[in-house]
Amino acid sequence: MIKTWAVVILCLAVLALAAPALAVDDGGSLVIGRIGDATSMIPMITTDSASHEMSGLVYNGLLKYDKNINLVGDLAESWQVSPDGLCITFKIRKGVRWQDGKPYTAADALFNWRFMVDTKTPTAYSGDYMKVTKAEAPDEHTFVVHYKEPFAPALASWTLAQMPRHLLEGKDVRASKLNRHPMGTGPYKFLRWDPGARVMLAYNPDYFRGRPHISQVTYRVIPDMATMFLELKAGGLDLMDLSALQYRRQTNTPFFKKNFVKYTYLASGYTYLGYNLADPRFADRRIRQALTYAINKKEIIKGVLLGLGQVCTGPMKPGTYWYNPNVKRYPYDPAKAKELFAQAGWRDTDGDGVLDKDGRPFEFTILTNQGNSYRANTGVIIQHRLAQVGVRVKLRTVEWAAFIKEFINKGRFEAILLGWSLTPDPDQFDIWHSSKAKPGQLNVNGYKNPEVDRLLEAQRRAFDRAQRKALLDRFQEIIAEDQPYTFLYVAQALPIVAARIRGIAPAPAGISYNFTDWWVPKALQKPAMTR
Amino acid sequence: MLTYLAKRLAMMVPLLIGITFISFLIMHLAPGSPTDLATDLNPKMSEIAKERLTKLYGLDKPLPVQYWNWLKRLAVLDFGRSFAPDGQPVLNKIADRLPITVTINLLSLALVLVIAVPIGIYSATHRGSLFDQGTTVFVFVGFATPTFWLALLCMILFGVILGWLPISGIKSLNHDQLSAWGQLADYARHLTLPVILSAFTSLAGMSRYMRGNMLEVIQQDYITTARAKGLSERLVIYSHALRNALMPVITILGLSVPALIGGSVIFESIFAIPGMGKLFYDSVMARDYPVVMGGLVIGAVLTLVGNLLADLGYALADPRVRSS
Repeated sequence: MIKTWAVVILCLAVLALAAPALAVDDGGSLVIGRIGDATSMIPMITTDSASHEMSGLVYNGLLKYDKNINLVGDLAESWQVSPDGLCITFKIRKGVRWQDGKPYTAADALFNWRFMVDTKTPTAYSGDYMKVTKAEAPDEHTFVVHYKEPFAPALASWTLAQMPRHLLEGKDVRASKLNRHPMGTGPYKFLRWDPGARVMLAYNPDYFRGRPHISQVTYRVIPDMATMFLELKAGGLDLMDLSALQYRRQTNTPFFKKNFVKYTYLASGYTYLGYNLADPRFADRRIRQALTYAINKKEIIKGVLLGLGQVCTGPMKPGTYWYNPNVKRYPYDPAKAKELFAQAGWRDTDGDGVLDKDGRPFEFTILTNQGNSYRANTGVIIQHRLAQVGVRVKLRTVEWAAFIKEFINKGRFEAILLGWSLTPDPDQFDIWHSSKAKPGQLNVNGYKNPEVDRLLEAQRRAFDRAQRKALLDRFQEIIAEDQPYTFLYVAQALPIVAARIRGIAPAPAGISYNFTDWWVPKALQKPAMTR
Repeated sequence: MLTYLAKRLAMMVPLLIGITFISFLIMHLAPGSPTDLATDLNPKMSEIAKERLTKLYGLDKPLPVQYWNWLKRLAVLDFGRSFAPDGQPVLNKIADRLPITVTINLLSLALVLVIAVPIGIYSATHRGSLFDQGTTVFVFVGFATPTFWLALLCMILFGVILGWLPISGIKSLNHDQLSAWGQLADYARHLTLPVILSAFTSLAGMSRYMRGNMLEVIQQDYITTARAKGLSERLVIYSHALRNALMPVITILGLSVPALIGGSVIFESIFAIPGMGKLFYDSVMARDYPVVMGGLVIGAVLTLVGNLLADLGYALADPRVRSS
């Protein structure tokens, strides 16, 4: 009996505690620190992450990604792919209005497709939209696109930010006012942009999902990481991304524990060591496997990322639907590496500590781009480990433009230390298909495997997720076996947010996917600017 | 005098064209092109898109044609539009950044003069004294200290620990709601550290220069004459010697006119100041040719004008230059 009462009281107590938390306060402001300024507020003509982020809250796409990186409807209520995969029909949500009051309709969606394929639009992303053979808007709430052949990555392309037709149609985009004053359907309205200093947004009271809780959002541009950190400490920022060092060593004080919350999630990108497969040494798969065995990935993560990363096994993001964990792994094993080198004919015959074959020592140069200390440090650790198995490595860093023009595009390198960022859609055609192994294309190290070609073509046609995953699983197995790259690590993103911001729920997609649900308790709100 | 001026002005035109030609050439010789930022290693970038961008920016034409087109537009003072996605006119971009850079440079120059000139005079007249030696050490410490390091230390002390001054930027978030005086005070608070620190590093040059001039002047015969006449030491130094010692300083000021529009990238990055240094650095990195060329032209014109002003100043002050 007493026990029952205790349970009841406990329940009541929990309810009492939980009740105020259910009430969410509107208002307050949030300041986000970023190192780069936006280049334009029309996202699809820019390629930098700052532009996409700072204008992101002003626009919606037809589709968007949810917290588990699955596609869900945004301005489209629902969508349907025809059984033959050649046609996608979007049902447009009713009652959505642009921030200037005009209704959003399928005609806007149609315009956005035309905008992307227009030769006068300076966009880097026209490729996916050129595949559309016909687009139409049969009525105000239906938008249909037709393709010549099934193209599964197409769905991801319809996360395209929807621009207002009535302000952009027939105008020169580079002279458009929207470059500096964006206007969309999104949860936030644009307030002002001081170039090089800040972008300010204010909540949209008429947002079709209801107003976002936080009234004002400011992005501050602070190019120097050390200054940004001091600004955070002084209370001038509510959110920034920490470096590994700041995360591990500089934010464990009582001050930070009281005022901030740190989050970690896997970043969408990986770092790799890529071998030039035109080089006869690296054309031998045993050599590539041996090199991977000789490199201690865990040690690199510990030394370079201070442990804030994960071993990379292939070209998909770990923890996502498309990732295949059951591929061949290469734990650090120098003995095995030496064995594989010996099988390929590389032995240390003259006793100088360096492997040789036909009188030539095994040495090569790793190229990387200037200005990325993580990569430079990774190179040093690799150099050290490879020396232990008898491979002499030189490191060279080159300024980015020269790196691309003189070395990558001309194939003039032995090995490169670089990274790829990963999109939510798993299409890796451009990086691994043999047709892309040309100068200036993305298959930079010249990887060619007929089976991989077939799989990559097939997965592009597979709208069925399970079917597509099976194809991509096999693709990942082959890549792991072939080791055209030594896949090194996936780093963690390390955002830190002021403790007064509530409603953050970390998920595979990161923390910002539910930004409109974030809120600040009334008592902790800083005064927002009046409009 | 007028013919001298006309001759100098006429000579400036070919000089300016030469400068722009060489700058244009070097800029285009650098590896990479404006489309690279968007297209390199970008998985979503199609080949067609790359060609399209190249055409849009007019980069498919031969280099001499590109230069000629640029020059034609420049002749009517059209600097063109930036290659950056927002496509802003170059002049707008520069006008956005120019006021803050000029303000900081002017304030810092004024501060340098106010501190360095007295230090120089006093050091010269009290050569070898404790003050002379002390200030010498002080100004050279300023000269040798890495600004970015000192800036961070000052931010920690005044911004984080004491909380007296803002850490970065040029205005507060609530700047627009402040009264006119409040806005001015807000700017002043934000500019305190940047101005003092940038002045600190240039104290050495100016004060040493002033000291050297002064020493040279007070050893000349007419100073001895003035003293022999029985003038007070004050009058000798501040009325007779100072005027002549200041002349070269004024020349230096003329030559530093172009420096007024230039900003240091490191300095602006540290303080998050949206100034000219950062604009040009970013433009060069993005190979944004119109912005880079626009800045170079303005810099070149100011340099030439600064030189001209310095020469005119000489001519006005010194009859020997005028007659030759």
